[in-house]
Amino acid sequence: MTDDADRIREEFFAESQEIVEALSRDLLLLDHGQKEGRTDPDLVNSVFRGVHTLKGVAGMFGYSELSESSHALEDLLDQVRLGRIALTQTALDVLFEGVEVLQRLLGAARGESHDVDLEGYARRIRNLLNSAVERDSDSLASLDLDPGVLSVLTEYEEHRLRTSVEQNIPLYQLRAKFALATIDTELESLKQQVKSFAEIITYLPSTEPTDDDALELVILCASRRTLAQFRETLSSSAIVVDLVARRAGSVVPSIVPSRPGELFDLPSARGSMFPGAQLAKDADVTPRAIAKTVRVDIEKLDHLMNVVGELGIVKSSVSRIIETLSERPELKPLLAELHRAQRAFERNLASLQEGILDVRMVPLSQTFDRLGRAVRQASRERDKEVRLAVTGADTEVDKLIVEELVDPLLHIIRNAVDHGLETTEARQRIGKPITGTIALNAYQKGNHVVIEIEDDGAGIDPNKVAARALERAILTEDEIADMTVEEIRQLIFLPGFSTAREVTDLSGRGVGMDVVRTNIGRLGGVVDVQSEVGVGTKFTLTLPITLAIVNALVLTVRGQVFAIPLSVVQEALFFDERGVRQVEGREVITLRGESLPIARVAQLFRLDSGHATSMSKPSPNAITPQQARRESTKTRAGSTRGFVVVASLGQRRLGLVVDALEGQRDIITKPLGKSLASVKGISGATDLGDQRVILVLDAPSILNEILAQDGGHHARLPS
Amino acid sequence: MKLNRVLVVDDSSAMRAFVRAALESREISGDVIEASSGFEALRLLPRERFDMALVDINMPDIHGLDVIRLIRANEAHKHTPILVISSEASARDREKGLALGADDWLQKPFAPEDLERAVLKVLASPRNLGNPGTGSPGT
Repeated sequence: MTDDADRIREEFFAESQEIVEALSRDLLLLDHGQKEGRTDPDLVNSVFRGVHTLKGVAGMFGYSELSESSHALEDLLDQVRLGRIALTQTALDVLFEGVEVLQRLLGAARGESHDVDLEGYARRIRNLLNSAVERDSDSLASLDLDPGVLSVLTEYEEHRLRTSVEQNIPLYQLRAKFALATIDTELESLKQQVKSFAEIITYLPSTEPTDDDALELVILCASRRTLAQFRETLSSSAIVVDLVARRAGSVVPSIVPSRPGELFDLPSARGSMFPGAQLAKDADVTPRAIAKTVRVDIEKLDHLMNVVGELGIVKSSVSRIIETLSERPELKPLLAELHRAQRAFERNLASLQEGILDVRMVPLSQTFDRLGRAVRQASRERDKEVRLAVTGADTEVDKLIVEELVDPLLHIIRNAVDHGLETTEARQRIGKPITGTIALNAYQKGNHVVIEIEDDGAGIDPNKVAARALERAILTEDEIADMTVEEIRQLIFLPGFSTAREVTDLSGRGVGMDVVRTNIGRLGGVVDVQSEVGVGTKFTLTLPITLAIVNALVLTVRGQVFAIPLSVVQEALFFDERGVRQVEGREVITLRGESLPIARVAQLFRLDSGHATSMSKPSPNAITPQQARRESTKTRAGSTRGFVVVASLGQRRLGLVVDALEGQRDIITKPLGKSLASVKGISGATDLGDQRVILVLDAPSILNEILAQDGGHHARLPS
Repeated sequence: MKLNRVLVVDDSSAMRAFVRAALESREISGDVIEASSGFEALRLLPRERFDMALVDINMPDIHGLDVIRLIRANEAHKHTPILVISSEASARDREKGLALGADDWLQKPFAPEDLERAVLKVLASPRNLGNPGTGSPGT
């Protein structure tokens, strides 16, 4: 029962989150339309409906703050959709604030703390509600509508009908029979067809007995097209279109209905419509109403992924058995069959793995919607005109990555509005377009997803960055003198570079650029910055597509086998003990003319001192440097011992000294048990498939630990 | 169990999950059929039998009031008790729902006990006493 209650509550959270996200998306569209001087009533109604549903479910589940705030917002939206409150930027401010409020209250419902000023919010809504104007009109009387039909319309539908009449927009009725099995999709395609030139005001299902599997609908719409044009547009001849007449002396008397008598009052006159029927239609077809979707807890997918991992191990075991058996000639015919079966198994296992990964993928669009909201808010606060140009919102990324991306992206994008883009006056002065542009581009590149945030603002001035670094005593003047312009720009990612004041000011979340870099690094990704003074700044985030399966480099140190995600490995080269220098107490080698700090993995995990218990035997097929065929400029015969694996994360680089490399593997990292969870430098364990369990190096934490220490020589990870 | 089968029509999956749990935990109904839209409800009408319909009002495209109207117009279901469950507070909608043939109206939010009480009240009304829904054994 408790499980059940939890499951139902999860359903509530998932649905509420969907509603808030849809709300955000629709408001951005409304905001966009408003700036161009148009308001889509369907969209307003869709926003209203979402908030209405949220109010209802939040109430049922006992979240009174969430329910009450939704209720206040619902009241406001009701007035907007009825045309009593204009959808101005001021009104949109309050609506956008509403999304934030609901989002935070939803977080609060999940047990997070919130500091929402509910009273202030309620006051802003009340102020707007007080500005509502009563609109009373009897323009509907000019329509030759059956009074019975009029009485079935909701207040909202009456309002839409009245608006059309007042604007002299002709009314049409569409009549069509739909198969019940496909009515959702047929109706959706009809909506899409007429959307650009007609507004659907209501649907009236007929109760006239038809066969069980069909339903006749009368659809009332408003459109400026002529009847002939309307008929021509519709692809299906099964839809009968007629003009709804207006009484003599009314605004559009000239258009004569094509079939006199079949006016809008026809259904009830024919007795096919239930008198007194009412239908509040809504434009919003929720995705789940059309698509057959199901929500799945990501933990269940993780479990499936682990099963796939186990099957991978089974596969290797079977392969080994086949190998052993292949030495027995009498089994040859059977072996051929076994091989075939094994290949089929491998193929299907690969496709199963791919399928599960695919299920975890979600488009970036939801995240980008939130960014759109942040841009709007920041631009209103800073009084800057900003255009957000988005491409690649349908790029898909692992669900877990998407969740972790929100804060870093929010920070970068708010930064772009606050500091990247110049003020309107400054832009005018230097002859740039008044409206600043922030381009948000996402695309897939191999096994990575790249997200670029590019503004056409002032750029990052290296002199200012250097001055700030001096001021904060992050670097000395001498150090700065040695740096290139690009290196100086990278300083913005250092801890302590952003001030506390800016931190709260910028993101409201206490995130600085250093945290952005760390968070992205935790996802196995990197963030880079390019900038040109006076032209703009571009941040580039490169992320793995999934966290579930990682391509890793398998290596050995003192007989111990480790894996390191390839996403952080820049290259691997032979290690030459003679090339090691001491610089400020840290061991470094020279790589292509640059100093590279190194860390000996054996020392990090104290593998030399005999404390380590070997979890696995050294693999016989490990390559030692002597066996390696690859040439390296660093190799000098007889002087090498091991390899240097160059790990890089953003601008940080560290050479990890290891004994041997075994090659690449796709691994599924599993968390360590509780007793080992606090071991630094290890992110988890993985099965190699040949009954070896090995540890996965946590490259970001090793880099952070080692490079933060002053003397790297005897660096050891605290365990 | 008071009822064998209940149809729940609501476009909110969280709401359906809540109502289902309430029906099960209060032992109101043995079996629960869910419809996530007016269309889905209409699709179920010719095929399914049930003892009571719980219908939400504010749904996209085909409104709950239309679902009520179409249930009543269906020969097999015209006597099936209907309880409206909605967060609409407007008296106008309430009257419409009842005029269209709904037996009663339960305002959201409600607790499982409220739902049980409302179902019992509908079943005890004179028009339903000798007239169980279509889902009962033997009908």
